[in-house]
Amino acid sequence: METTNKIRVLIAKPGLDGHDKGAKIVALALRDAGMEVIYSGLHQTLDQIMQTATEESVDIIGLSIMSGAHLPISEKLIGMMKEQGLDEIRLTVGGVIPHQDIPKLKKMGVAEVFPGGTSFEDIITGMNNLFE
Amino acid sequence: MGVAKYIKDERGAIKEVTYQSGITVKPVYGPEDLKKAGFGYDKDLGSPGEYPFTRSLHPQSYRSRAWTTRQYTGFGTPEETNERFKLMIANGQNGLNVAFDLPTQMGYDSDHPLAEGEVGRVGMAIDSLKDFETAFAGIPLDRIGSGLTINAVATIMMAMYQAMAENFGYSKEQISTTPQNDILKEMIGRGAWIFPVEHGVRLVGDSIEYAVKELPKSNPVSICGYHIRESGATPAQEIAYAFEIAKAYIDNVVQRGIKPEEFVGRFSFNFNVYGNLWEQIAKFRAARKLWAKMLKNEYGVTEKKKLFLRGLFGGGGSGLTKEQPENNIMRGAYYALGATLSGAQTIALCSFDEAYTIPTPRSALLSLRTLEMLMDEVGLRDTVDPLAGSYFIETITLEMEDKILEEMKEVEDLGGMVKCISNGLIQRKVSSQAYEYEKGLQSGEYRKVGITPGKTDKKTETTDVELHEYNEAWAEKSKANLKELRLTRNDRDVTESLKALEKAARTNKNVMPYLVKCCHAYATVGEMAGVFRETFGEWNEPEFY
Amino acid sequence: MIRLIEDCDPSAFEMLKLLYPHSGNAFIIGITGSAGVGKSTLIDALILEFRKLDIKVAVIAVDPTSPITGGAILGDRLRMQRHATDEKVFIRSMASRGQKGGLSRATKDAAIVLDVMGYEIIIIETVGAGQGEFDIATLAHSTGIVNIPGTGDGIQAVKAGILETGDVFIVNKSDKPDADELVHHLTMMINMRKPSKTNWANTNLAKTNWTAKVLKTIARDGTGVKELADTFLSHFVFMKKNGLIDLKRNELEHLYFHSLLKDLTLEKLLLFMKGSEDCIKIEEKIQSREMDPLSAAELMVNKMTVFKSNE
Repeated sequence: METTNKIRVLIAKPGLDGHDKGAKIVALALRDAGMEVIYSGLHQTLDQIMQTATEESVDIIGLSIMSGAHLPISEKLIGMMKEQGLDEIRLTVGGVIPHQDIPKLKKMGVAEVFPGGTSFEDIITGMNNLFE
Repeated sequence: MGVAKYIKDERGAIKEVTYQSGITVKPVYGPEDLKKAGFGYDKDLGSPGEYPFTRSLHPQSYRSRAWTTRQYTGFGTPEETNERFKLMIANGQNGLNVAFDLPTQMGYDSDHPLAEGEVGRVGMAIDSLKDFETAFAGIPLDRIGSGLTINAVATIMMAMYQAMAENFGYSKEQISTTPQNDILKEMIGRGAWIFPVEHGVRLVGDSIEYAVKELPKSNPVSICGYHIRESGATPAQEIAYAFEIAKAYIDNVVQRGIKPEEFVGRFSFNFNVYGNLWEQIAKFRAARKLWAKMLKNEYGVTEKKKLFLRGLFGGGGSGLTKEQPENNIMRGAYYALGATLSGAQTIALCSFDEAYTIPTPRSALLSLRTLEMLMDEVGLRDTVDPLAGSYFIETITLEMEDKILEEMKEVEDLGGMVKCISNGLIQRKVSSQAYEYEKGLQSGEYRKVGITPGKTDKKTETTDVELHEYNEAWAEKSKANLKELRLTRNDRDVTESLKALEKAARTNKNVMPYLVKCCHAYATVGEMAGVFRETFGEWNEPEFY
Repeated sequence: MIRLIEDCDPSAFEMLKLLYPHSGNAFIIGITGSAGVGKSTLIDALILEFRKLDIKVAVIAVDPTSPITGGAILGDRLRMQRHATDEKVFIRSMASRGQKGGLSRATKDAAIVLDVMGYEIIIIETVGAGQGEFDIATLAHSTGIVNIPGTGDGIQAVKAGILETGDVFIVNKSDKPDADELVHHLTMMINMRKPSKTNWANTNLAKTNWTAKVLKTIARDGTGVKELADTFLSHFVFMKKNGLIDLKRNELEHLYFHSLLKDLTLEKLLLFMKGSEDCIKIEEKIQSREMDPLSAAELMVNKMTVFKSNE
């Protein structure tokens, strides 16, 4: 049988920050690129994000962080993912990210970083490339 | 959502212009356009200071008094904030504007797990009355009013402000607080909501009712079209949705037997100012007129002052870019020009570096100087509403009115703002518009200098983002304070006052007096908000697509 | 595992064979209704009620995929996200992907997995009912159809033949003005219903036919949801007591078997056609109108049968 593989992405908003415009328009762009997108909603704890990602068997968790707390949050989440053996899920981070933090995030294990201003095309290509 | 849509021919001549609000613009306007639109001076404009106030709220406008400017402050600990306050008052400011950190905005104490990494970061961390007492110590609360940028727990903050003032020997009649207190816009565009829609509106109603009866100098609501526009609404929708939100609050209070005349005069607005210059001017002039008309015709308000659309026109955050940030200095000047040509009462500008960092004192100064120049050098105080009578401006002002009314009708036909937000219709619209606009920016359909390559640059340069430094010490201090508070306060008073609060919340009583009691007992923000969470539950947001 | 099913990975088929014997314990509830009636909010409230009884609940939320881009935003779970850290609640969103066998089969397969995982109640949420390839009646033991007042839903229900399959009719947003009228309308139509015409129900059981219930709810604040949960549970008890669960199970298995037959046969046939030169020629003949599609299809099937018997 032909496989009907699609990329499943969880767009997640961790923490208390309420700026979701970026997350929402990226979700729409990914949908238009043929992906299946699950949007987590605001004010998510990392536990909620983990359980959602597992239940929905996503390929990518895309964190949207506008608060500046991307380093501690990513570190924590990667730790949780390792603990639960979720090696197959890739983590990407988008939002308000200074360029100097990108290598730090990648070293932690973040697969791709999409700072605010990255074009939709680059985000879609970036995510697709994770599965070549 | 600011730049107009331009269709050009091969030689670069503009063939079509369409504003985001949907207005198409002709190459030339003349007297026949005014005739066609049925323009009449008295009915459409009125003299400055006269109904319907299209030209200006005051007869002499800037000739008698220039616009006022604002500056926000408050971050970190209450101690540091107190120092900042004193400094600003010494520098001549006669009003304070207070920002709160995210845990406080979301009704959590500084030691709550979700507060991690956020304590004191974007504003002051407030856990209890004690923190307010520290922050406002020595401030003459009878002379200085405070704007509080707080929404979901505005009732709690208002009560706490009163309790604090009372502890310092002031009466509630003397103090002036202006909480932002616009929960519906949070649900559309800012995200700091907690409770489901109807309960959020009920709390707003409680605070307005309480202000009418007990806090004569306070302005209980500041409706923010600003954030709605930031999340993707067109200028016409910005006004339309703000007015529909106002209606939702007014209707809630009217149900309690209070006449609109008693409180609408204390509403203020917060509107955005970026984008096409003419569209902004038309928007503000139309808004002033429509607000006055709406209050008069639909709510029977007659007293002149109460028909004023009071507000802050400013910001412009979405218009700024990270790329080539000096461009934002010029943008700020153009936005300020738009605001002043529109007769704004109060103006605040985003600093040029705000797109990528916390505004430095220097960049904040540049914003102030921009406005000073308009005031003193460039001539914006010379005369009232200088563009009045322009064939173009008056025609598009009338068209803007129609657009705004159309948008309002759509919301009303669908059951009103509360319904539309509960169902997610507004969010859906605004998100898809934001998406389409962003696509247009990325494809070059909309030209933004610095982002779209153009005449003066072929490649774009980006400035890197700098962030607030998070100070762990703030969190430690707040947590330590909480610990001490819990040991020193009277547990029974706390428990009893919280119980009474819960009962009031459940039985539809006005929660304000109960909150004041809780504050006096040194109940924490988390505890009081917790009672509401238990009683009202938390909102499950609807889909946005 | 569910991911493998969605992706139509061949190993999924084998795994399902192993899992199947262990399934058959869960009570499957279908919730369907037009967009905007509040299904997700209702399910969120239902989960709460079932959890109060310490029941493990799984939800499969089915969303349409854009026919143009092939992508989807699966957002039903947004309304149920407060259960995201409850280990005894499992929420899975699925989109139609044009799989062979359609979404119906993928959902059925996913339900088998969740059943074996121990979820006692599985709620399947879909838009629309009894139309097109997604027939909730082929998947669920008990079907709830959600309507809201003021939209002429009642008439639509009749048109779509939905009334024949619904076990519980829910009038949500019942604080709206025409709620009682809709309740009345639905009740009337249910009373006019003919008894179930499944092959498996014989006339002896006519007396024990479940009478569809009509309930009012306000999902937003939970009004009527406890009663709804109780109604579903009592339907389950009713079916168990009267042996209807087994009957229904047989019916569902029968339908599943036939859909599998269809899928597997088609798969084999298409494979066969790919490898045969005659088949490619036949497509061309259809294109040039030399042969009509009906004769062509007949020819193909006969060819395959011959091919099979020659193997």
